[in-house]
Amino acid sequence: MIVRFAGFGGQGIVVSSYIIGKSAVLDGKKAIQNQAYGSESRGGECRGDVVIANEEIYELEPTNYDVLVAMTQPAYEAFVPLLKPGGTLILDSDLVVTDKKLEPKKIKKHAIPATDIAFKKFGRKIVANMIILGYMNTLLSPVSESALEKAISESVPKGTEKMNLEAMREGIRLAREGKG
Amino acid sequence: MALDDNKKRYINHHGGKTYFLLGDEACAYGAIYAGCDFFAGYPITPASEVAELIAEELPKAGGICIQMEDELASMAAIVGAAWTGARSMTATSGPGFSLMQENIGYAIMTETPCVIVNVQRSGPSTGQATKPAQGDMLQARWGTHGDHNIIALAPNSAQECFDLMQDCFDLADTYRTPVILLMDGEIGHIRESVVMPELSSVRHTSRKRAERAEEIFGGQELIPGMIHYGEGSNVHVTGSTHLANGMRDVTTPHVHDELIRRIYKKIDSGREDIVRIETDTVANGKSRVGVISYGASARPARGAVKAARAEGKNIDFLRLISIWPFARKQVAEFSRDLDLILVPEMNLGQMSREIERFVDCKVIAVPKIGGVPHTVDEIHQVIMEAVS
Repeated sequence: MIVRFAGFGGQGIVVSSYIIGKSAVLDGKKAIQNQAYGSESRGGECRGDVVIANEEIYELEPTNYDVLVAMTQPAYEAFVPLLKPGGTLILDSDLVVTDKKLEPKKIKKHAIPATDIAFKKFGRKIVANMIILGYMNTLLSPVSESALEKAISESVPKGTEKMNLEAMREGIRLAREGKG
Repeated sequence: MALDDNKKRYINHHGGKTYFLLGDEACAYGAIYAGCDFFAGYPITPASEVAELIAEELPKAGGICIQMEDELASMAAIVGAAWTGARSMTATSGPGFSLMQENIGYAIMTETPCVIVNVQRSGPSTGQATKPAQGDMLQARWGTHGDHNIIALAPNSAQECFDLMQDCFDLADTYRTPVILLMDGEIGHIRESVVMPELSSVRHTSRKRAERAEEIFGGQELIPGMIHYGEGSNVHVTGSTHLANGMRDVTTPHVHDELIRRIYKKIDSGREDIVRIETDTVANGKSRVGVISYGASARPARGAVKAARAEGKNIDFLRLISIWPFARKQVAEFSRDLDLILVPEMNLGQMSREIERFVDCKVIAVPKIGGVPHTVDEIHQVIMEAVS
């Protein structure tokens, strides 16, 4: 499975791809994660890609994706045409307006107001990516839930583990309830 | 070189686990495992993460990390540290590697064991500063002036970045010479799983030592032992042509001739020990087409060979793990029954020319520049065109 996370610096885009990759390794799978970002720590466009497979990975920089997580309008517009036909698009419904003309055929679309939920429920917009991670993983199961929990705990700043895990569980709940 | 207690403690703490690391980070951990005592460097994309992690971790293992004023000084510092007995290294990218060339020559001439990591990026000059390339393959061979030999290895995964650091330090000590880890920005900047071994399976080659300062630059030995500063002997280390005791003699033709030929020969005669390749060939010599690649390029190249085989095409594959000295014997052998060798590399054809020198069949470069690696499809297409 090839997943691209895309958005602005500061939204936890790169760390999301890192967490999925690390979870896959914890599951004993092969994973490659890479990233591109500007020199800004916040506000610049950025993306993080992760490839998960049971066998050796030969493609170092994939050009098409099974899953696109778009957290900004420019990220959606730039990368949705690269989604594979039949692929899955997950986006923050408050931050992205979709345009059918840009989209490949037969993609599955899921939109949740992750940033809004993060702010209202947890008081921190920054955990929107954790909501998305829980949501995506429940929808598509690229990694096990236990590995995802462990990878999150080991990857977020110390003292924030509980909030991040709760945000992830919020995402799981939304997916199970068929939201988006 | 024996690991001191600090390093043993460090390895005990980290060993036997699987990590998810950048190639650069794996290289830094590999260096600590290899017993690196001293790092001097200057930050540069895409090699900065090597220094960043070394700065944080090496002191915990009892080592020293210094950020120098530039790459010239970094190279000079690791040469000096090696003469005090340290396993020393630096890490840089193309522009910094260019600046290090003069002192790499000094390290070669003074037979100083040290390790230089070059995480190659797209040049010349500032080029595409944040993008990967494999454009320094021949600079690693001939970047410094004068006749010389060099050892360079090229990893193609984060795990190999870790593993080959051990080889680099061991080869540097065995052959008393600078060794280059020719990474590329692609491998340096992808994260993959890396297994760090337990202390019990870590072995190091010891640096050969001399008892008398009179023969630390020649005499009877092809590779003489070293005497370290601070051990009581008067040691003279110069980049000028010198006698076995290190004293300058820059006018006697045979002194220069013997010194340079010996420095050249010590690596040439170690080919069997230094050369590292990986092959995946079709049985019974059925192939007419082969692919040779290295570093990041070898990943999609291997994928393309696999895809072509799935379509019934017999394609042989060879990956160069050591770049210099060139695996001339192994490549010649690989090519024996082939009509054509394709060479995917992230430059306009650097190693393909070297391969051409040692084979009778046709060699075609499969170049890729622009800051992105080949895709499996791109190489697969070239293979399919070649076999049809």
